[in-house]
Amino acid sequence: MDIFDFSEGREGYYGEYGGVFLPEILHATIEELLECFRECKADPKFWQEYVSLLQNYSGRPTPITHLENLSRKLGGAQIYVKRDDLNHTGSHKINNVMGQGLLCQRLGKSKVIAETGAGQHGFATATMAAKFGFECKIYMGAVDVARQRPNVFWMENLGAEVIAVEDGQKTLKDAVNECMRDWVTNMADTHYILGTACGPHPFPEMVSWFQSIIGLEAREQMLKQAGRLPDRVYACVGGGSNAMGIFQGFMNDDNVELIGSEGGGHGVGSYMHSSRLAYDDASVGVAQGYKTYFLQNDEGNMNETHSVAAGLDYIGVNPIFAHLHDQGKVRFEAATDIEVKEALKLTMRTEGLIPALESTHAFVTAIKEAPTMGKDQIILINQSGRGDKDIFTIADALDDAKWKSFIGGKADQYRGENN
Amino acid sequence: MGLQSFIAERKQSKDILVMAHVVCGYPSFEENLQELEIMAEAGVDLVELQFPFSEPSADGPLFVRANEQSLKSGTTVDQCFEFMKLVSARFPFKVLMMGYYNTAFKMGEAAFVKRVKDAGGVGYILPDLPIEESPELHRLSEEAGIEPIILMTPTTSDKRLAKLGAVSRGLVYVVARKGVTGSKTKMGDDVLALVERCRQHTDVPMGVGFGISSKADIDVLRGHADIAIVGTAALKIWEEGGASGLRNFFAELMA
Repeated sequence: MDIFDFSEGREGYYGEYGGVFLPEILHATIEELLECFRECKADPKFWQEYVSLLQNYSGRPTPITHLENLSRKLGGAQIYVKRDDLNHTGSHKINNVMGQGLLCQRLGKSKVIAETGAGQHGFATATMAAKFGFECKIYMGAVDVARQRPNVFWMENLGAEVIAVEDGQKTLKDAVNECMRDWVTNMADTHYILGTACGPHPFPEMVSWFQSIIGLEAREQMLKQAGRLPDRVYACVGGGSNAMGIFQGFMNDDNVELIGSEGGGHGVGSYMHSSRLAYDDASVGVAQGYKTYFLQNDEGNMNETHSVAAGLDYIGVNPIFAHLHDQGKVRFEAATDIEVKEALKLTMRTEGLIPALESTHAFVTAIKEAPTMGKDQIILINQSGRGDKDIFTIADALDDAKWKSFIGGKADQYRGENN
Repeated sequence: MGLQSFIAERKQSKDILVMAHVVCGYPSFEENLQELEIMAEAGVDLVELQFPFSEPSADGPLFVRANEQSLKSGTTVDQCFEFMKLVSARFPFKVLMMGYYNTAFKMGEAAFVKRVKDAGGVGYILPDLPIEESPELHRLSEEAGIEPIILMTPTTSDKRLAKLGAVSRGLVYVVARKGVTGSKTKMGDDVLALVERCRQHTDVPMGVGFGISSKADIDVLRGHADIAIVGTAALKIWEEGGASGLRNFFAELMA
């Protein structure tokens, strides 16, 4: 099955989802992007250049780790983890960004803009822009700027301009709107590096294509290391790019079950979550350039969303997943904030791994299900990012007294310097 | 009377018409009504009533805030349609719905068309709905006798303009420049050349909008465009100068 093999007149559609819903002024820009992407996708040299760039710059292929301690402790399936946290800049985001950087060179544009939630995509974009010599602007919701200062620090030091977006809920969706506004003004010399498999066509296909490197590697590695394919593959789903990335490696393997784990926030019925498919609160709508399931009210205005992981805190899900969910090809579950904190502690203590809060959502679902599976069964989790960027959030969640006293001391020191 | 014949009739006594804009429920429906009374007194010909949306990605800062505040104060789609009904019955200008596609999509396209029609609207502007996605909506609109307003822009190729021209009805909204609503546009030869280029592809009247804020801007368009579209400038004046400010603004603008 090739989900990107569109039928006549339905290019960019996955079932009834996807499409291009943009102002007329961007029509020529999106056509130009589509044409360039088609050329790149058809050119084997482009993919070779992309892979070699990631090998030399980002440390690919990332390894697969067998979590023997955790598997033993849970007493069920053998757990393996794809280590995309070991990429340069600490997450899978760099894959897409490097790919779009190469594509931006082909487009001949000198500036890049990007939205960011957790800051990982912004951090990766700023890194790529520094390497390729692009001028770089990152739009980030003011709430996210406040909760992800370490990433903002790095973006700025890498030479990017970080703009705090004060509209709406001041989170990821508002940063996307602001990127759109920049793009309709500056499209002549600016490429919009969308960070996830959402937005108007060809972004869902393009981002998925670049991220497919995760699944390509993982399938081969599992065969080599575990001797066979996993029974289940788990990934967290915000927009859904890391999940699309790893799932594509197993899309044609009917015996591999694919499970997406969304941001359950405060849980079912709380209306403070980011679960578009696992809970029943979302409905089909059109916003931010595409049609998919959105967390919105009956009149089509978006609801407030929440997740402890800024990177999952988003109103919509990629249109490919909306379709694969309808088809029963991917199962969706949710992990609540509380479950995420517990799973993170367990993973750190038993395996010495620190997954990002986003990726920990996949761990939650896997940890719940592993004990119900046989010891001869195998599961694979995508650890899409590393958790040290979340140190402030995690320290708060763990109520770590020594950390608080350290930060208090630092604050006193800075105050002293300012006086 | 259809939109196009209304425009033709009004143009018999004026060389250029004016279309104004309010965001429903911002600052409040009461103030919207005061604004509209001033616009009607000044002889405004057409008005866009913007239905607030939570993701107004084609709008500039002032309208973004207006959308947000209106929703925050509880504005609903029902209220917007009720207001549209009241306004279209009370004033001599014609009324268009302006908003984002999700508002129409969520209630269903057939219901949307019926509600615009029943509220006395003559058409609608949905800037994030491209023509590729609208054949069914256009068909329903034609049946009901209301007009979907097509946008033509400086980045639109001639080939694309021909496609847009073929489906345009009522009036064409010529976007004077790149960007979002509300920034200043230098009205000059570029804009006039764009209007001429658009005219090659359709016979419907041409409205020009984005960045029009003064009589001087309108004077440039006179004799070239059929309608000058004034949006953000009027809201800015209302916020800064209230009723008297707005009265003076339109008096000068339409002198």
